[in-house]
Amino acid sequence: MELTGAEITVRCLAEEGVEYVFGYPGGAVLNIYDAIYQQDKFKHVLVRHEQAAVHAADGYARATGRTGVALVTSGPGATNAVTGIATAYMDSIPMVVISGQVPTPAIGMDAFQEVDTVGITRPCVKHNFLVKDIRDLASTIKKAFYIASTGRPGPVLVDIPKDVTQFTTEFSYPKSVSLRSYNPVTKGHSGQIKRAVQMLLEAKRPMIYAGGGVILSDAAEQLTELTRLLGFPCTNTLMGLGGFPATDPLSVGMLGMHGTYEANMAVQHSDVLVAIGARFDDRVIGSPEHFYQEERKIIHIDIDPSSISKRVRVDVPIVGNVPEVLTEMIKLIKASKEKPDQTALKTWLTQIELWRARDCLKYDRHSDIIKPQFVLEKLHEITGGDAFVTSDVGQHQMWAAQFYKFDKPRRWINSGGLGTMGFGLPAAMGVQLAHPGAMVACVTGEGSIQMNIQELATCKQFNIPLKIILLNNRYLGMVRQWQEFFYGERYAESYMDTLPDFVKLAEAYGHHGRRIDNPAEVEDALKWAFSDEMKEKLVFLDFRTDQTENVYPMIPGGKGLSEMILV
Amino acid sequence: MRHIISLLMENEAGALSRVAGLFSARGYNIESLTVAPTEDATLSRMTIVTRGSDEVIEQITKQLNKLIDVVKVVDLSEAGHIERELMLVKVRAEGEWREEMKRMSDIFRGRIIDVTDKTYTIEMTGAGHKLDAFLEALDKGAILETVRTGASGIGRGDRILKF
Repeated sequence: MELTGAEITVRCLAEEGVEYVFGYPGGAVLNIYDAIYQQDKFKHVLVRHEQAAVHAADGYARATGRTGVALVTSGPGATNAVTGIATAYMDSIPMVVISGQVPTPAIGMDAFQEVDTVGITRPCVKHNFLVKDIRDLASTIKKAFYIASTGRPGPVLVDIPKDVTQFTTEFSYPKSVSLRSYNPVTKGHSGQIKRAVQMLLEAKRPMIYAGGGVILSDAAEQLTELTRLLGFPCTNTLMGLGGFPATDPLSVGMLGMHGTYEANMAVQHSDVLVAIGARFDDRVIGSPEHFYQEERKIIHIDIDPSSISKRVRVDVPIVGNVPEVLTEMIKLIKASKEKPDQTALKTWLTQIELWRARDCLKYDRHSDIIKPQFVLEKLHEITGGDAFVTSDVGQHQMWAAQFYKFDKPRRWINSGGLGTMGFGLPAAMGVQLAHPGAMVACVTGEGSIQMNIQELATCKQFNIPLKIILLNNRYLGMVRQWQEFFYGERYAESYMDTLPDFVKLAEAYGHHGRRIDNPAEVEDALKWAFSDEMKEKLVFLDFRTDQTENVYPMIPGGKGLSEMILV
Repeated sequence: MRHIISLLMENEAGALSRVAGLFSARGYNIESLTVAPTEDATLSRMTIVTRGSDEVIEQITKQLNKLIDVVKVVDLSEAGHIERELMLVKVRAEGEWREEMKRMSDIFRGRIIDVTDKTYTIEMTGAGHKLDAFLEALDKGAILETVRTGASGIGRGDRILKF
């Protein structure tokens, strides 16, 4: 039997086991929406802006490891999706975005709602396709899912002209796909792995530096086993939080621009550094010149060869899938007669404890104004450290990363690479739909939340009971902080003069809200939000926090890891 | 350092723009770029001449390899290779120039492939510096038009880039 292109698209998604499609209809995708209407294999979530559709698919992917799916129309639908796609690209999130396109004869004619979607998205996708022939449709969608989810994951866009969704052809979904031009390596080079293990066993001041690749490849278990087996200290990047339990004594917390003193000092002074699924990003290591230490050896495990020796020269590169490489390393270490030098390790861990004693995250616990750090500590306490936490971008993001101690992977969901304000709320929707019974908190600021606040309507329509933790300091806090430190306290456009009444706003969308002005009310408000009574309801907590609080430690832009500004 | 990179890629719409886009997005230089289908019509072969430090060239080859449509990448300048470029030059061929242009073309082993009573069109192939030398040797006033293809390269001997 012949099916239309629209029916084929929908069948392909069903074949891929897609659970949710996040999207927004429009002219070019009307046939696909008609086919969606007539199926029951997956649910469609109608967002209120295409950017949110992509962020929601992204949040879903981050929380599950499965490929997120978004569907948008041509022209403005596609351009609105671009920020979401770029966000997913920078953080290597598996995602398939289907966009409508004007009919093939209209392409290039400046038709209504026409834009060169493949051209616009090319620099921010892992790959993209324009399907011009319906006979290629099913195989293209198959390829899209394959490419998105294998190797270093990333978003793949499939642009489908409207006439292709109307034409008919025989449908058969390919069982497998192989591409001669795309064969990601999975197994690491065994000689290199042996060299790395030898180097680790001989280290005096070893350090494990684990990034988002550990989360993406589901290697938290192997990382934890390796770290504990060796007894080495471990730091996680912003993207890698939860890859190693933050409450483990071997954890030194996050490193980088707002990393802990102990993590940054330990990385800088280590003699063997093993980077696992991390890419020596500028926000993580600061300036490469300052980072460079002649006597330090670096081992780098990554699935993407182009991540290796990009910003920092490494001594032992291992290209491979992180869990497989770590498993191999664990096996070799267990089989080895050599053990790490316990005396040296003890001295090293003692040094790290001295750095830790600097208590770099301290803040005024007796303030009569709400300290944002206090809210996050309480959030951790009241959720038992077991919530999924999404964030937007800015000070609140850094405080959440510092103060919510993530013990499990895929719990911390934020836009690390692109730094997209407006990510937190729609991403949280995807997370909550993926884990219906779970506690999902969106930690946000009054700047970020307003970038996608319209999604409160989506949450109402689909009964998504998020807990929104707004740290409201009436400033674009991170901008304000930079202006205070580096621009002579000239606060150009960083003060938010006119803010809505967020409680009333939440209520206007059919939700519940509370404004909290006093530190004594923080705990009660959080308990209320996470109570059984509010379990099925979205709660919007507007915490009026200290306007002048800054994120410490801080490495100024272009400076090195040990050049922190401390509180 | 000047490098000459050869690659095989799927002969698909947009493949060229992926490569060109990669170079501009990451700030790499392109001195020249040539592309055409191979004997296997599903594959195109591209030759890119670029400049950069060893680190940059390493990144360029890795980033090219990362493009989904790219099947194989080789840095020809790592070992023995041959490169050739084609140039067409239209020159004045009136009066005293008529004999002079014919002579210069012969010296540089060019071929005159179009003749009118006022012009010659000379075809010449060679490494880029030979074509440069020819243009240098000509009287500037005689040159009416030039067009060059950019370099195509191939490895010497047993070095073969094939899928």
